[in-house]
This record gives sequence, C-alpha cells and structure tokens, in this order.
Amino acid sequence: MFYRENGQFKTTYRADQQIFPILQDRMAITALLLVGFALVPMLASDYLFRAILIPFLIFSLAAVGVNILVGFCGQISLGSGAFMAVGAYAAYNFFVRIEGMPLLLALLLGGVSSMLFGMVFGLPSLRVKGLYLAVATLAAQFFADWMFLRVQWFTNNSPSGSVSVSNLQVFGLSLESPLAKYIFCLSLLVVIALLAKNLVRGAVGREWMAIRDMDVAAAVIGIRPMYAKLSAFAVSSFIVGVAGALWGFIYLGAWEPAAFSVDQSFRLLFMVIIGGMGSIMGSFFGAAFIVVLPIFLSQFLPALAGLFGVEISTAVVSHAELMVFGGLIVWFLIVEPHGLAKLWSIGKQKLRLWPFPH
Amino acid sequence: MAFFLETLLGGLMAGMLYSLVALGFVLIYKASGVFNFAQGAMVLFAALAMARFAEWIPLHLGIANPIAANVLAFIGAGIVMFVVAWVIERLVLRHLVNQEGTTLLMATLGITYFMEGLGQSIFGSSIYKIDIGMPKDPVMILESSFEGGILINKEDFYAAIIAAALVALLSVFFQKTATGRALRAVADDHQAAQSIGIPLNRIWVIVWCVAGVVALVAGMIWGSKLGVQFSLTTVALRALPVVILGGLTSVPGAIVGGLIIGVGEKLSEVYLGPYVGGGIEIWFAYVLALGFLLIRPQGLFGEKIIDRV
Repeated sequence: MFYRENGQFKTTYRADQQIFPILQDRMAITALLLVGFALVPMLASDYLFRAILIPFLIFSLAAVGVNILVGFCGQISLGSGAFMAVGAYAAYNFFVRIEGMPLLLALLLGGVSSMLFGMVFGLPSLRVKGLYLAVATLAAQFFADWMFLRVQWFTNNSPSGSVSVSNLQVFGLSLESPLAKYIFCLSLLVVIALLAKNLVRGAVGREWMAIRDMDVAAAVIGIRPMYAKLSAFAVSSFIVGVAGALWGFIYLGAWEPAAFSVDQSFRLLFMVIIGGMGSIMGSFFGAAFIVVLPIFLSQFLPALAGLFGVEISTAVVSHAELMVFGGLIVWFLIVEPHGLAKLWSIGKQKLRLWPFPH
Repeated sequence: MAFFLETLLGGLMAGMLYSLVALGFVLIYKASGVFNFAQGAMVLFAALAMARFAEWIPLHLGIANPIAANVLAFIGAGIVMFVVAWVIERLVLRHLVNQEGTTLLMATLGITYFMEGLGQSIFGSSIYKIDIGMPKDPVMILESSFEGGILINKEDFYAAIIAAALVALLSVFFQKTATGRALRAVADDHQAAQSIGIPLNRIWVIVWCVAGVVALVAGMIWGSKLGVQFSLTTVALRALPVVILGGLTSVPGAIVGGLIIGVGEKLSEVYLGPYVGGGIEIWFAYVLALGFLLIRPQGLFGEKIIDRV
C-alpha cells in the first residue's frame, strides 16, 4: 500500500537513471540519513557508540570495499585484513612522519598506499582465478603480517611493536569524544558508499560484473580483463585501506599487527556472504550482523543457560560464536546465496504487490 | 657442507609432513571439485579427538597398555572422522551440487569455523599431548664423511616414514581397487561416472573419509610434535602453497610440492632470514608459490586449464 510506484512517471532519462528511482526509496534514505546524523547522536550512549556504532560504520566501509572485489568482480579475496593493515600503517606513517599532516589527507593517503599494495597482489588475478587466487591473496595477508611485525621502519621504530595516535583533529575540530568519532566515520562512510554505488552502476561496474559472471565471455565481447580486474582490486583495496586506517586511528587508537590478522579477512568475507554478494546495501546488513551477533550471543547464551540452571563460561560462548558463524555461512550459501540483501529486496517486491500476490 | 645437508634433510622431512596435509586437499579436490579449506580444522578436530580418547580410554575402560590405548584412540578418532564426513556430505555438499568453485570454497570456510567451535566445545580447548611413543632424541649420521656429522631428529625421521607409507598406501588404493577406480572416474567427469552407475554421494562420503583419515594421521604426527592445540589449524594454511605449487589435482604434485616448500622454507630461513629480520618462513612459501603461479598457473603437475564459453 505504501510502497507503490503508481503515478510516478518518468519523463526524462535523467529521472529514469537516478540512484533511487522510486520516491519511497528516496524518502527512506533521507530519513535514514536524518536518523543517522541527528537522532542517533541525541539518543545513543557512549557505550553504544564505542561498542556497536563505530565498529559497525568502519566494518561497513570495509565490507563495501570487499564486496566490490568479491561480490561485483568475483575475485575472491582472503587478504582483506592485509589491505586494512597497509591502510592503517601507511596512514600512521604519513601522519607521524610529516609535520602538520591533516588527518583526513593521511587517511586517504593510507587508502592510496593500500591501493598500490592491492594492485601488486592483484596481479596474479590476471593469470589465475578462483581457488588459486584465494591462495594468492592469502600471500598478501601473511606478507603484511610479517612486514609490520618485523620491519621496524613501519612502526616508526617503536620498541613494543605497537603504534598509537593521539590528538586527532579534523578541520580544527577535536575527534576525542565518541560522538565526534561517530559523526566523522558516518560522513566518510556516506560519501564513499555513494561513490561506490555510482561506480558499480556505471560502465566500470558493469565490466566488473561481466568478468564475475563469465570472464572468458566478457573478454570475447571486448572487455579488457586486465583493466577490469585491476581496477576492481584498486578501488576495493583503496576503500578497505581507508577503513583499516579508520579502524586503527578512530576505533583502536593504538594497535599492533594482530589487529589485522587473517581472522579479520575471514570476518570481512563473512560480512559479504551474509549481507549479500554484489550489493552495496548488503555490506551494511552484513557488517551490522557480524558486529551485533557476538554481543547478542554473549548476552543471550548465559541468560538462556541460566533458565536451565547451567553456568556458561566465556570459552563456551566463544566456541558457540564460531559454530553459529560457521553454520550461518553454510546456511546462507545453501538457502540464500545473495544474503540478507536479497531477503530485503524480496520483502520490497512483496510490498509492491500487496495485497495481491501476483 | 654438513650444515647445508642438515638443513636440507630437515627441510625434506618437514616437507613430507606438509605433503601429508596437502594430500588431504588434493584428494577432496580431485574427487569432488571442492577446495577444502576445512582441512586444517579437520586436522585439529581429529587430533583433539585422538588426544582426548587416549586420555579417556585408560581412565574409563581400564586399558592401561599405552599402545593399545593409542590404537583404540586412533580407531575411535577414525570413526569420528567418518561421522564428520558423512554429516558434511549430507548437510552441506548434497545441497551445493553444481555450484561454482568459489561458493564451495566459502562453504568449507563455514565448515572450518563450525568444526573449530564444535571440536573445542566437545574436547576442550587447552593444550593436549599425543604420545605415540616416538623417540625424540636426535642422532648423528655420516660422521665419517663429514666433520661433525649430520644431526637428524629421530622423530622427524619416523614421521616422514609414516607419511611416505600413507602416501604409498593411498596410491595403491587409488590405482588398484575398484573403489579407487570409481573415485578416479568421478574425478574425471561427474556426470559420466553417474551415468554408468557410480553412486556420487557414496563416493563423496568415501573421499571425505579418506581425507579425514589423512587429517587424523597428520594431526597425530603434528600433535605429538607440537602438542594438540588451536595452532594446528595454521599447519593447514602452511600447506596451501604446497598444493598450489604441485597442482590441485595431482597426488605426486602434493608430495613433490611439499618437499620443495619444506626445503625452500628451511633454506630461506637459514640463509636469507638473517638479512631481513627472520621469521620469513611464514610467507616465503606463499611468495614462492605466487611467483610460480605467474609462470605456470596450473602448478607443477596440474592439468592444463582450458576455458570455454
């Protein structure tokens, strides 16, 4: 009843090709942005910002990046953690070594460094694909793990191997309070997600999808595989790199290489699978899911066990978390390979026709 | 010279163990086209099962003889791996027939997480030890031909022999038995094999069982070397470049690849490591495999990849 396009006539190509062609979608997005920028800051507590909202925003950004590579271009990557690490450490080096380096520029330069790193490790994708490529990206992961642990130069010769940043400012505004951090991450996320959305619905995005669906056929109809794959690696690792820099700078504040281990790579891949491969929106769903699920389980499982009079240790909760993650991955792959985003769009489709099923 | 040979031999023996894990990957990929990322989790799961059974059997059944207890524990863990294989086929693979390789890879990632969680919640997550009575003292050989002789770890030596025996056994199984022939037929062409009456589902269970047993043997050897703990899963990650180097579809490739990686890792660590800060074992194998991929994407013994539209 509320989600119908009746009467929304498009008289120009511009109107037909906009990002959200349906009025209700535009309204929903505007409302969502208003909630994000105005309502949430008024209502949320510091705990909510720190434990859920900020990680959610940063993971969403990273998931958008991974989704571009895995979901849109079909190049499976197990090295996203490495791209995050490169973004974080490069941004750190730019920030610390260059006097008066603005934070925003350092973050973006971190992204650019990650982009170059990603392109180097994306080179094998021109020769191999699928399973072999997954292993090739693991090489990036292990190489980065080692590099930031052993090569002192990257950590500015810090003796403990961990690095930290402080006194973060953007345009003269301090980024110390959780609220300021939240607004900063949200702004960055909105801008980058919008750019990514536009990219994937444009010519470049279509090339990526053609490569994903069948690369040989795509090459036959005149798409250059090298250009398409490397551009996907570049864009993806840029976004993931910025997310990594945010993770280090904004969320952690002080970090060591273990913060970007292979587990982080897997977690990002899970976000993409659960959220929806090949959907920018899905990245947000996936990130929300992966951030909230452990918190939910750690609250819910002891409560559930308490009903039966059983004590549950944190170890059991963490094992249960692994099992739930694993089970969900398999379940989604079997039942709904396009993830939560697909469920969302099915819901919208039903609403469009409601109350008539056909 | 003696030191070089010592490193080389150490590398070869470590490589044999990598081949063992790599073999698990190759077996499953050959027969079902699934790149089984869960091999590491299976190694951990099997080793955990065996370590705990070996503890429980003397406790509850009153069998005090350590050899008998170990054998029983091995059999018990083997049965557990059979059940695991059956469940995986039933619940996961059967629903993902004809899906793309990457989807299957991600499904095995899910299985990995599930098994890691399940294994640790059933068997506990501390460090356990498997004691199969392998001598641990090093021996000197060839003292006459080299100054100082060559130091060899006996444990590594026996482990390498067990691994080699298993590989030989599997080769015979694949080449000489009817089931082995059926497995190879399925590997060549699913549909053709099915059309001449080879039951695909049963073959998959068998393959995953064999891979489970391989994981058990690998877990047993690595477990008695390093102790059974979570880090065993990373052994499988170390074995991945082996598969890439040797080719995903080739059993000899897994062995030769394992030896090359084992030797390469040790030599690079000893001769290259000091210049770049050490610890390069972690990524050296990967970069080696990566460089190799650029030259020969299908691996040493892999089949040529032909693309068709």
